[in-house]
Amino acid sequence: MRDVIIVGAGPGGSATAKHLSEKGYSVALYEKRQEIGAPKRCGEGISLGRVERLGLNPPKNCIRQKIDGAKIYAPSGKAVEIDYGKDSGYILERKMFDKWLAEEAARKGAFVQAKTYINDVVRERGRVSGVKGESCSEKFEEKSKILVAADGVESKISRVAGLNTTCNPLFIDSGVQFEMVGIEIEDPKKIHLYFGNKIAPRGYLWIFPKGKDVANVGIGIIGNCSIPAIDYLKKFVENKEELKKGSILEVNAGSIPVGGFLKKMTLDNFLIVGDAAYQVNPIHGGGIYEAQLAGRIAAEIIDEALQKKNTSDNQLNKYNIEWWKQRGNSLRKIEKLREVVENLSDEDFNYLADKLTGEDLVNFTRGNSLVTLAKLLLKRPHLIKLAKALL
Amino acid sequence: MFKWNKNKCLRCGGCISVCPNDALELTEHGIVRDEKKCITCGICDLFCPVGAIKVKKDRDK
Repeated sequence: MRDVIIVGAGPGGSATAKHLSEKGYSVALYEKRQEIGAPKRCGEGISLGRVERLGLNPPKNCIRQKIDGAKIYAPSGKAVEIDYGKDSGYILERKMFDKWLAEEAARKGAFVQAKTYINDVVRERGRVSGVKGESCSEKFEEKSKILVAADGVESKISRVAGLNTTCNPLFIDSGVQFEMVGIEIEDPKKIHLYFGNKIAPRGYLWIFPKGKDVANVGIGIIGNCSIPAIDYLKKFVENKEELKKGSILEVNAGSIPVGGFLKKMTLDNFLIVGDAAYQVNPIHGGGIYEAQLAGRIAAEIIDEALQKKNTSDNQLNKYNIEWWKQRGNSLRKIEKLREVVENLSDEDFNYLADKLTGEDLVNFTRGNSLVTLAKLLLKRPHLIKLAKALL
Repeated sequence: MFKWNKNKCLRCGGCISVCPNDALELTEHGIVRDEKKCITCGICDLFCPVGAIKVKKDRDK
């Protein structure tokens, strides 16, 4: 009998496992893939501030490139530059990073097992009380006091456990990403983001440098687009002089939640962490920080519940409250910004690129100074409705 | 009609994340559809980042 079983060894699952193991609990962390971290999901960027806030000190081999800022390109080609400060962002090697996080959990005492697919829950008097699965094709059942679903945006466990997490498919972006080498990157200390309805409908296309001639080049677009994301990405690469001669070392795809936050992420003996609960920043689709923050909160609430010997939904509800207090509410504010961005035409983008500074953009992506944006939108009659929604 | 192209598919599970009826599963044989649950809505077809799923509304349904 485990104290806690966690399904999914991404950043959220590993963080939960690490914090709980540190507190001395018996924890099992199961990953369905044969290698933790691979194939990687799309994004690899995180800011130094976030890494510090999580108390992480990742080894050098997890960090491919340090970043000073960003260049945001409007459809017209005009770039707005953002200065984040020297070395204030990291482009990670996700394969190494995710594996390191799982290693850290294991070092603290968690039992970590790859190629272990959890497909069902065990119930006792109607309550979730463990898992059923297959480890290296051997069927097994294991009991636990608490089960944590950290199995990603395609989470099955939540639904099997009885929480309806199905969200509007329009809150999920379709993403695909190449790892490219032999390309020219104009400024490898900056991330490059391209906006426009012909380039990436609703979303954006990114170039995250991982060195002078290597980059994670990817795209996230609205999920109901009749043209597959990969076609947009190929078109961009083929038409860009600096990229088209490059080699493609990896092709990865995935779904990126950009909204649909859950108010309720708990049941008796059960809670959800990370992408499985859509805990993602809806403006850029990054969730490496959010998942680990949620893991830390979850571990604290679970600790309290186990100490009180009360793992009921009522007790675990503190997780819902804490998450919304610490992050959920500000993500909801940022979601409003996404709602604006997805309704902008290419002309609107160009207009804003002329008016806004890098500093404005940084504020907006943090959910701040949205009034400035609203005032600009008010000057365009067809955007008045959007502006009002921001205010 | 539901067609899954195993050569295009990257096994990302995106189709599963958007399926409104929980009809898809990623197994070692690839994407498996539960015909009883599938309502051939085509959301997975539109969503698939690499165009590996084609869905046509069944006339009988």
